[in-house]
Parts: sequence; C-alpha cells; structure tokens
Amino acid sequence: MGWFKRLREGIQTSTRNKMEAPDGLWYKCKSCKETTRTKEMKEQFWVCPHCDYHVRIGSGAYFEIFFDAEPTYLFEELQSKDFLKFTDLKGYDERLEAAQKKTNLTDAISVAHGKVNKRDLVICAMDFSFIGGSMGSVMGERISRAIDYCIEQNVPLMVISKSGGARMMESAFSLMQMAKTSAKLTRLAKAKIPYFSFLTDPTTGGVTASFAMLGDMNFSEPGALIGFAGPRVIKETIKRDLPEGFQTSEFLLDHGFLDFIVHRRDLKERMSDILFMFDKASQAEEAA
Amino acid sequence: MIFLEFEKPLEELYDQLARIQEIGSKGDVDVSATVDSLEKKIKQTRRDIYSSLNGWQRVQVSRHPERPYTQYYIENMCRKFVELHGDRAYGDDKAIIGGLGTLDGQTVMLIGHQKGINTKMRQYRNFGMANPEGYRKALRLMKTAERFDIPVVCLIDTPGAYPGIEAEERGQAEAIARNLFEMAQLKVPIICIVIGEGASGGALGIGIGDRVLMLENTWYSVISPESCSSILWRSWEHKEKAAEALQLTANHMLEFGIVDGIIKEPGGAAHLQPEEMAKQLKRRIKKELAEIKEMDVDTMIDARIEKFAAIGEFQEA
Repeated sequence: MGWFKRLREGIQTSTRNKMEAPDGLWYKCKSCKETTRTKEMKEQFWVCPHCDYHVRIGSGAYFEIFFDAEPTYLFEELQSKDFLKFTDLKGYDERLEAAQKKTNLTDAISVAHGKVNKRDLVICAMDFSFIGGSMGSVMGERISRAIDYCIEQNVPLMVISKSGGARMMESAFSLMQMAKTSAKLTRLAKAKIPYFSFLTDPTTGGVTASFAMLGDMNFSEPGALIGFAGPRVIKETIKRDLPEGFQTSEFLLDHGFLDFIVHRRDLKERMSDILFMFDKASQAEEAA
Repeated sequence: MIFLEFEKPLEELYDQLARIQEIGSKGDVDVSATVDSLEKKIKQTRRDIYSSLNGWQRVQVSRHPERPYTQYYIENMCRKFVELHGDRAYGDDKAIIGGLGTLDGQTVMLIGHQKGINTKMRQYRNFGMANPEGYRKALRLMKTAERFDIPVVCLIDTPGAYPGIEAEERGQAEAIARNLFEMAQLKVPIICIVIGEGASGGALGIGIGDRVLMLENTWYSVISPESCSSILWRSWEHKEKAAEALQLTANHMLEFGIVDGIIKEPGGAAHLQPEEMAKQLKRRIKKELAEIKEMDVDTMIDARIEKFAAIGEFQEA
C-alpha cells in the first residue's frame, strides 16, 4: 500500500504553470520530440541522437565544426544601412538593430579564414536568426570581397547557405546581389580556385538561384529544405498539396542538383579529403 | 479602349467625344470645333496623368493588356526573323521566345519573355512565367550567338519565374543561377531592356548585360508589390504602399545606378503608340550596340562584371 493516493486522474498542472526546462540543460527534438542533454547535443554537433534530425545551427557552430582553431574573421566592418528608409509594419533600421542585438552578429553572413586539418579555407556562413538569413548589400559585398581575397591568397572558398532569399527591405539592390555574386564567381573560376557550396536548412529564393547553385561542388546535410520558390508559394500557385519529401536535400540529390549529402559528424573529414584532392602540393608531398 | 482606374478623366472625355461625333455624323450640326477642342483636352489630360504616375500606377501601366510584348517588338523591329525553339534537354518553353533577327541588316540574337495577347494565349504562354527550360533555351541561344559573334538583345517582361513542382524538379534555381554566371562572361555584347514587368530572379535570369535599360513605365524589383504586401504586411491590401516602399520605377532604378538608361514611351505609354515605341527601341538598341562594339572583348566583360559588382549600399564602420 502506497503512502500517496492519486485523487484525480491525469495531469492537473496547466501548461502555463508548467516548469520550463532551463535552456542550457535539455534539448527537445523538433522532429521526434525526444529530449537529450544539451551537453550531449553539443557533442553530437546538434544532431538528435534519437532520429538524426539536424538542428539548424549558426555560423559560429559551423566554424567550430570545420576549423582547427579560432579563425580570423573578415570584413566585419561592413554594415547594413536603411538607405531606402524602408518601412513596412516596422522600419528596416529597427529590424537591423533588433537583429544585431538578438544575435550579436553584424549581418546575416560571417566570413572567416581558418584551417581545416591544416589546410586553408575561407568560409562565408549565414545565420538564419539574422532576418531570416536574408541577402542584402552586405551579404553580397562580403561574398564579393571574400572572392577577391581567395584569389589574392589562393585559398579555396566555401559558402554555407541558410537563407530565405533576398532581403526585401533593400528592394532591387538585394536582387542585384544575385548578379553581383554570380558575376564575381566567374573570376574565381577563371583563377581555378575551387568553390564549394554547402546548402543547409533552409536555402531558398535568390540565394539558391545564384551562388548557392554554382559550386564546383554543391552539397547538403540530410533533410534540408532547398528550393527556388518556398513551399507555401508553390502550394498557393498550384492549389494542391506538395508530394512528400519535396524540396528536401534528398529530392535535390535525386534530381541531380547536389553532388552528395553528408552527415554533420562527417563534415570536417569529408571537406578535409576534398581539400586534399584539390591541393597539388599536399599530393606531391604524400606521393614522395 | 481599356482604361485603368486612374485614367477615369480620360474615359469621360472619350465618352464625350464619342457622343459629339455621333451627333456630328447625323450631319445637322458642325461639331468640328468641339471635336478639336476635346481632342486637345484629351492630349493634355493624358500628358498630365502620365507625367505624374506613382509607383503602383506604373506597375499597372506595365501590365496594361494592350501593352506591346516581345513578339510585337521583334515583328516591328526586324525585317527578317527566324524563331529558334527548345533547350535541347527537356522541351520548348513558351514563356520565353528567341531567335535570330536583323536590325537594319545587322544580325542579333533576340530573346524575351512572352505574354499572351488573349485568354487562350495567356495560358499558352504561362503568363510570361518561364520554367527552367526557358532559361536554358535562352542560354543555348546566347551560346550560339557567342560562337558566331552575334550580339544578344534580351527583352524582359515577367511577373516572375514559375513557382511549380516541375520547375523545382528541373532546377529553376540552377537554371537562373547558371544564366547569371554565363551571361556575366559571354564574349558578345548583351543589351537587356525591361519592356514591362521586371520581377525578381525570373527577370534577372535574362538580365545580365553591358547595358540594362528600362522603358519609362516599367518596374524592376526583388518581388512584386502584391507578394511584398502579403509577406511584410500579411495581407494583399497594401500593394500600393509596397510599391512605394520598394521604389521600383525606372526613375528610381536609374537614380540608384542599377540600370543604365530609360527609354521614353511616346505619347505617355507604350500601348498608345506601339509602332513608334518599337522604332525608338530599335534606334536605341543600335546606338548602344555601336558603343559597346568599340570595346575589345576582355574590357567589355571586365566592365560588365564591375558594373554589377559595384551595386550595393552599406556603410564601413
């Protein structure tokens, strides 16, 4: 006979009064709803150990995954400005300020030069938390300068895309960043410097329709949303449901637009192998 | 005649004119003086209306059902034209047309979005919204032109690239991206002209050139005012506000340095004097081509890349 007896069936605590698990301790998977210790999630590179769901992570986390040590950040001095005085429900300048405060980032893309198993690589990585990873003038300029830098220093370039597309608040200027980055990539190609496009969840719109699809290799993580038009727009246009698995990285691989899909825990080794294969000096060393 | 909402004063004048002319046709009264003054008034009213259009009104003019489309310009500018079909990989997109034509004896490769002129044709042309094979056809034609040293002329008029299941399957994003990349380094002169709607990646997909020009009543934007309204204002009602906020008119684009020039529309709007419009378009294309041809190929490509690389507004803290 127990000491306590349940008088009423079911859970009585209302959702509002329920204790939130402290942010730092447990992580609840968006996909399978299982909880995992945050410490373990970090060790697993933010991949759910129960269902393999790849949690969206930011530029800093990817730099940590790829680079051997703290990289050198580049072009941080470039900042967005509200040159059109664009105001919808909120002013663009307010949005910028709020995003910078929230994320502690200067814009939706960060550029860093570091080493991947001792080989040089420049990575431009996006943050979805900064106005949806949207592409404005700063993103275009940072990528453009990264291209110049890579040509100058003879270092391969990787862009990690994670973006809803162009930043509407910069109107045609954001559209033209597609032209700008793609045009500049012709120079990188001419200089025979490899360009790797890593498309992560989610990559859509103008980002997909420009530099993200132009890699010497295009690759992704499992289960990422990648497309030109967003699923909602397509659904509204064709007025029927979208097939299962539509616009996932597996779908893109199947249709011939990705070279491979790689699990996050294998990212660094895969990249390291590829960098070796493009690095004639290292190959000569190993052959000798 | 079709009148847009802001053309109401014009519609009334035309009604009056019709009534007077009817009276005149019965032969009892001499109405010629009244007709003359009415016609003058119509001209003046039209000039007044069209000289002060706001962003949303220009969007409406750019979509005017009587506005000339790519095919009209080709037929009126070229004595000879051979349409070329297909991307050689999947099919022939009806929303982008292209082919070899002659401008006063000079061969050019003409490529452009094509909208339909009636309900049936609008569907056939998919409302000027191209699929990946459209962009790939365009690129194939440009590559052909490059091989034979023939300049390329692109006429832009689209509400956007088609957002459909098949478009995604066949790589809409890749097709547009590839065009941006290849057009940036094409070894022949490219002139792009927005003749109607310049919406987003669908427009830009044939929009990289040594010269990018716009007709007076056209717009160029990252998104249509309607879609912008629905995303940022969460309703379709704010399209006028969105059009203002996007600053999408030809004047804005020229001021921003995003395009290189504006071509005036005779009589206020292209659909009023389409033949004259085609004449002026041809004259301008020939003039720009002559200028670009002065450059050697490498200088031309460098200038083209630098032109687009210079676009962007930011601060250096």
